[in-house]
Amino acid sequence: MAYSEKLVDHYENPRNVGSFDRNDEAVGTGMVGAPACGDVMKLQIRVNASGVIEDARFKTYGCGSAIASSSLVTEWVKGKTLDQAMQIRNTQIASELALPPVKIHCSILAEDAIKAAIEDYRNKRGAEPAAAATPDRAAA
Amino acid sequence: MKLPIYLDYSATTPVDPRVLDKMLPYLRESFGNPASRSHAFGWEAERAVEAAREEVAALVNADPREIIWTSGATESINLALKGAAHFYRDRGRHLVTVRTEHKATLDTMRELEREGCTVTYLDVNADGLLDLAAFEGSLRPDTILASVMYVNNEIGVIQDIAAIGALCRARGILLHVDSAQATGKVVIDLAALPVDLMSFSAHKTYGPKGVGALYVRRKPRVRLEAQMHGGGHERGLRSGTLPTHQIAGMGEAFRIARLEMGAENERIRALRDRLWAGLSRMEEVYLNGHAERRVAHNLNASFNFVEGESLIMAVKDIAVSSGSACTSASLEPSYVLRALGRSDELAHSSIRFTVGRFTTAEEVDFAVRLLTEKVAKLRSMSPLWEMHQEGVDLNSVQWAAH
Repeated sequence: MAYSEKLVDHYENPRNVGSFDRNDEAVGTGMVGAPACGDVMKLQIRVNASGVIEDARFKTYGCGSAIASSSLVTEWVKGKTLDQAMQIRNTQIASELALPPVKIHCSILAEDAIKAAIEDYRNKRGAEPAAAATPDRAAA
Repeated sequence: MKLPIYLDYSATTPVDPRVLDKMLPYLRESFGNPASRSHAFGWEAERAVEAAREEVAALVNADPREIIWTSGATESINLALKGAAHFYRDRGRHLVTVRTEHKATLDTMRELEREGCTVTYLDVNADGLLDLAAFEGSLRPDTILASVMYVNNEIGVIQDIAAIGALCRARGILLHVDSAQATGKVVIDLAALPVDLMSFSAHKTYGPKGVGALYVRRKPRVRLEAQMHGGGHERGLRSGTLPTHQIAGMGEAFRIARLEMGAENERIRALRDRLWAGLSRMEEVYLNGHAERRVAHNLNASFNFVEGESLIMAVKDIAVSSGSACTSASLEPSYVLRALGRSDELAHSSIRFTVGRFTTAEEVDFAVRLLTEKVAKLRSMSPLWEMHQEGVDLNSVQWAAH
C-alpha cells in the first residue's frame, strides 16, 4: 500500500498515544468501530472549564491509515471548542493524509470517534450548554 | 543481511540460480519451437521439453506421458475442473471441494455452478484438516469429481490425500489435487496415491513464474475436454506453443526438489521451529492450523490485540503476508482463517511467515526481535490490549460499528 509521507509519519511517530482516566469528569471518551471490521478507535478529550479541548489521547487497533487518522485527530482537536471539534470532517482528514480510496472509512471512523468523545463528555456534564461565550481559539 | 528479509516463500520463490542457468540457452541460441518437426532447432527444443517432462514425472512417480504443460497451476486447475466437468457431464453434475481451497479452485467451481453444476463446499476442523466422515457424507451418486489441495497456501496443513482418494476411488469419483504448495515439501507418489488429476506450479518450487503442469492419470484413464484450442499440442489437451525456456526451468526446479527435498526440509523445519520458539515467548500468540500435519516451512500465527496490516507496516524490514482484510480491498478477514473458526480479531491479527531455501538463522533471529519489539509497541497503542489487561471480556462488549 503506497502511503503518503504524512501518513507514514503519523503511523511511525504517533502523537498523544495513551489514556486519561475515563472517570475524570473533565474527560470525554469515545470508542468506535468493531474488531470484526479490523478497526477500533478510542479517543479521549480533556475539556477545560471554558469548554475548550486542552488535551487528547488515543488508542487504536487498526491499519496504518486508522492509526494515522486517529493520531492526526488528537492534534487537530487540541485548542478547539467542542462545537469547533464537531466541525471536523472525515474529508479533511482523508485529504490531509492523502488516504487511498479503499481507506476512506478510517477517516470516517476518526470523525465518529471525535463525535462520540464529545457526546460522552456532554452526557457526563448533563444539560450544561456546550460552550460559553468564549472567543474562538482554533488551532491549526 | 539484505533488507527486507524475504519470508514469503509461499507467495513465490526466487528462481534458483541453477534453474536460471538451465533456462538461458533456450532464450539465446537454442530458441527453436519444440513443434518444428523438420529441423534441428525444433528437435533440440523438443528434447529439452521431454527431458523436463521426465523430471516433473520423476518427482511425483508418474509416467511422463501423464504430464501436460500449462501456464501455471491456475490454468492446470481450470483445465482439470472444467475439462472433467464438461467431459463427464452425462455422468453427473455434482462436485465437491473445500472452503479453504485456493481461489483458482473456488472461482472455477463458481463458474461451473454458473454453468449448471452443483458444488458442495466442505468445512474444515479448527486445525484446518478435512473431516473424512464429512467428506464421505458429501459424496452423492451424481458426484463426478472432488478437488482437495494437498498443502494449504495460508496455513500449510497437509490433507490426508491417500484416505480421501480411497473414498473417491471406491465410488468412481475423480479426485483432483492442487499440489502447487506441495512439490518439494511432501513426498508425492502417484503410483501409490489414488489421485486422478494433480496441478503443479513452477514458481512455488524455485522455478520461473508462468509455467506449470497438470498430471492426468492414464491407468485408469482420465479424459478431459481441452480448454485451449489451436494446434492440438499436448495430446490435444492444451494447445499453444510450448515455452521451452520455461519448461526447462520447471524441469530443473523439480529435479533439484527431488534430489534435495529431504535434507532441505530438515534445515527448513529447524528454522521454522526456531522462529516459532521465539515468537511464542510473547503472550497471546496463536498458531493457525494443525501443529504437526503441516509443511516444514510454514508458520501462520495470530498476534492478539494487534491488527495485521499495521503489524505488517511495522515490520517492513521483513517481507511477509497477512490474513488481514486491510491488505485486500474488502473488509473481510482471510476466508481460510475464518473457516478454521478463528474469531475476526485473530483472523485480522495474523501473519504468515514462510521460510525457504535461502533463509538463514540470522534472518530468523532478526525477525523474532523485530516482531517482539513491534508487537509490544502496537499493543501499547491498542485499546483492545488495554481492555484485555483490565480483565474485560471482549466478547461481551457492544461495539459501535458503522
